[in-house]
Amino acid sequence: MSDVTVFERLFGAGHGVEVRGHFVRGNAEVAGRPVAVIGTWNSAAVDGDLALAVSGAILDVVAEDAKSAAEPRPIVFIADTEGQELSRREELLGLNGCFAHVARCVDLARRRGHPILTLIHGRAVSGGFLAFGMLAERVCALPGAQVRVMDLRAMSRVTKIALDRLEGLAKESPVFAPGADNYWRMGAVDELWPEGSDDWDKRLAGALDAALSGPRADRRAVIGAERGGRTLAAKVAATVLEA
Amino acid sequence: MKTKRVSYFEASARTRVAALVDEGSFTEFCPPELRMTSPHLARLDAPVGFDDGVVVGRASVGGRPVLLAAQEGKFNGGAVGEVHGAKIRGLLERALRDRPAAVLLLVDSGGVRLHEANAGLIAISEIMRAVLAVQAAGIPVIALVGGSCGAFGGMGIVTRLCDEVIMSEEGRLGLSGPEVIETVKGVGEFDSRDRSLVWRVTGGKLRRALGEATALVDDDASSFREAVVGCLDRSSAGRDALDELELLQAAQQRLQQRRERFADTRDGLEVWRSTGFPDPQAVPMLTADAFNAQLAALHAEVQS
Repeated sequence: MSDVTVFERLFGAGHGVEVRGHFVRGNAEVAGRPVAVIGTWNSAAVDGDLALAVSGAILDVVAEDAKSAAEPRPIVFIADTEGQELSRREELLGLNGCFAHVARCVDLARRRGHPILTLIHGRAVSGGFLAFGMLAERVCALPGAQVRVMDLRAMSRVTKIALDRLEGLAKESPVFAPGADNYWRMGAVDELWPEGSDDWDKRLAGALDAALSGPRADRRAVIGAERGGRTLAAKVAATVLEA
Repeated sequence: MKTKRVSYFEASARTRVAALVDEGSFTEFCPPELRMTSPHLARLDAPVGFDDGVVVGRASVGGRPVLLAAQEGKFNGGAVGEVHGAKIRGLLERALRDRPAAVLLLVDSGGVRLHEANAGLIAISEIMRAVLAVQAAGIPVIALVGGSCGAFGGMGIVTRLCDEVIMSEEGRLGLSGPEVIETVKGVGEFDSRDRSLVWRVTGGKLRRALGEATALVDDDASSFREAVVGCLDRSSAGRDALDELELLQAAQQRLQQRRERFADTRDGLEVWRSTGFPDPQAVPMLTADAFNAQLAALHAEVQS
């Protein structure tokens, strides 16, 4: 689906969201409320330049709203990434540090009152997803969205566990196999927008309301336990807290 | 008091903790007797550990109370699974309540544990948010990197979130490990068997020269301890109330400038050369003291 189609379905005809290379930036309205849109596009391999484009855009939104004393705008992240860029130069220059910087910017925006929502369109893989999309108050997976660390064939090679065994176990457990639904069961995705749905603008407005009114604390482990996908995380953390 | 040198690189997580904290001050939360093992490893017939590869607890260092987590690199490469990650997050949440002088993260990890990859990825995201919450509450988080697995994957991101990063030359810090890059992009991009190259691209001296590590120490547990005591002294002196937005805008500019300055750089040697080290080829051989003295003399540190 082209960027034009996706953004029109999400934000209506009058939006100002643009794609430049792998970087998404612009302003739009959701149910009459202005929002800032920031993200990555077309299965981006996130390198330092793209990460800093994202962090720079977040800082601009925070600075603009602070200056105009406007109500902090919600930030809508668009996540479409195949993961981090793999190269010696990126490692040398500390790509992990760029990702940490992005996370700090997301955290500042949150504490300055900007509600944060992520829409996964396409792919959300590993480091590229960790950097910013995963840190939102609310994460929605659009139809066809893929969420994963590694595909099962690669996992089979690395762990030396037979592929058919992994495929069998993946049916019972959401814990390692790719899939937005698995991340929903584990509490890291809040909404799965169904295949064939054409009311994305309404769904987005609903998701934004939920992000605006929901708790700012990280409840993913509790939700994961409620949904039966991640039964230990909340319990173990509570044990450490009470020990 | 003269103590026997303990190689931080070779020591186990528990040995590191014992060497780091004030004698007899460590209390472990969720000790091995609780047998908090990973059901996901068990389901795949992989060996399990009674602490799931991480030790968490409270102690004092130089008389100051700290909470600490120490990853065991010898168990599954210190990789983060559901239980392992939840222990670290629980510790950070506890810091919000107990308000220690600092939280110490003894990182020794390749990142997400593939046997429970989704749980590991989410756990690291939760640790990131928890570190940020602890810092927002005014409690410093200090990372120590000097183990055989270094700090990679999501733990490389977590490490760079920390207020202080204490490294040895042997400790490595990055995102994607050399083996992963070599597998995907070929040996021409990154030869993971060229150990000296690996250290020049990810090791403590490069990270210190770039300003990512805040201290470089020798591979000796007592040197790590001294550096931690130094961090605790500094942070107890209090921080200036600077505007966070301005600080992050300045950090943004520095990161952008670094990418311009080192646009074509693919080897730490070039960083040492262009930062002005008198004999770049000799940098890998310098002791931590000699390296730190040269760096201080340069006054050309690229902050990050």
